[in-house]
Amino acid sequence: MADKKTIIVFSGDMDKVMASLIIANGAAAMGSEVTMFFTFWGLNTLRKAQKIKVKKDFMEKMFGWMMPRGAEKLGLSKMNFGGIGAKMMKSIMKKKNVNTLPELIESAQMMGVKMIACTMSMDVMGIKEEEIIDGVEFAGVASYLGEADEANVNLFI
Amino acid sequence: MAEINLNCKGLQCPGPIMQVFKAVKEAQAGDVINVKVTDRGFSKDIKAWCKKTGNELIELNETDTEITAKILKK
Repeated sequence: MADKKTIIVFSGDMDKVMASLIIANGAAAMGSEVTMFFTFWGLNTLRKAQKIKVKKDFMEKMFGWMMPRGAEKLGLSKMNFGGIGAKMMKSIMKKKNVNTLPELIESAQMMGVKMIACTMSMDVMGIKEEEIIDGVEFAGVASYLGEADEANVNLFI
Repeated sequence: MAEINLNCKGLQCPGPIMQVFKAVKEAQAGDVINVKVTDRGFSKDIKAWCKKTGNELIELNETDTEITAKILKK
């Protein structure tokens, strides 16, 4: 039986999310079953880049405007400088042939990495199911714990 | 027993190891996969990967510019 790894992606920082996805892809390539739980700011990684029409109250709309819409829009945890740092990082990554975040997400999904969006944080942050990219499951803490129990590596990023 | 050649030059982590994974998955037991990589981390990575997945690393060569590995699918 394949062993399991679980990763909680709490952060919505581009660099941290990238690290989590590289680990997830690598673990899948080592033959592990991988589950990633996206919660709080990490959820922004899974937002569709395009604007989706959904009903939201005032606060939810505010959150929606302020938070990055999708992996391509995430900023760096350090030296972001209002997005300039992230742009610089992307141009270096391109030059060095490093996969972009959207590519890493696609490849993780193709490798069978299970991605779960935390429904409680979705509610808190006003993110609706329609705004989340395809192939993502929706669940809560018990699902994470159930998987973590069987896993030999659990990361919180 | 087939030989499969993989060119992963220019690919960065986790690219090469994922290409190896895919190639080995599609190969038959007894097939040999030859891989060329420029990512310096690959030498250690392929050892760890083979140990973990139970495939055999028959050969590993490292020059200043590239790493070549021969993997036997078990």
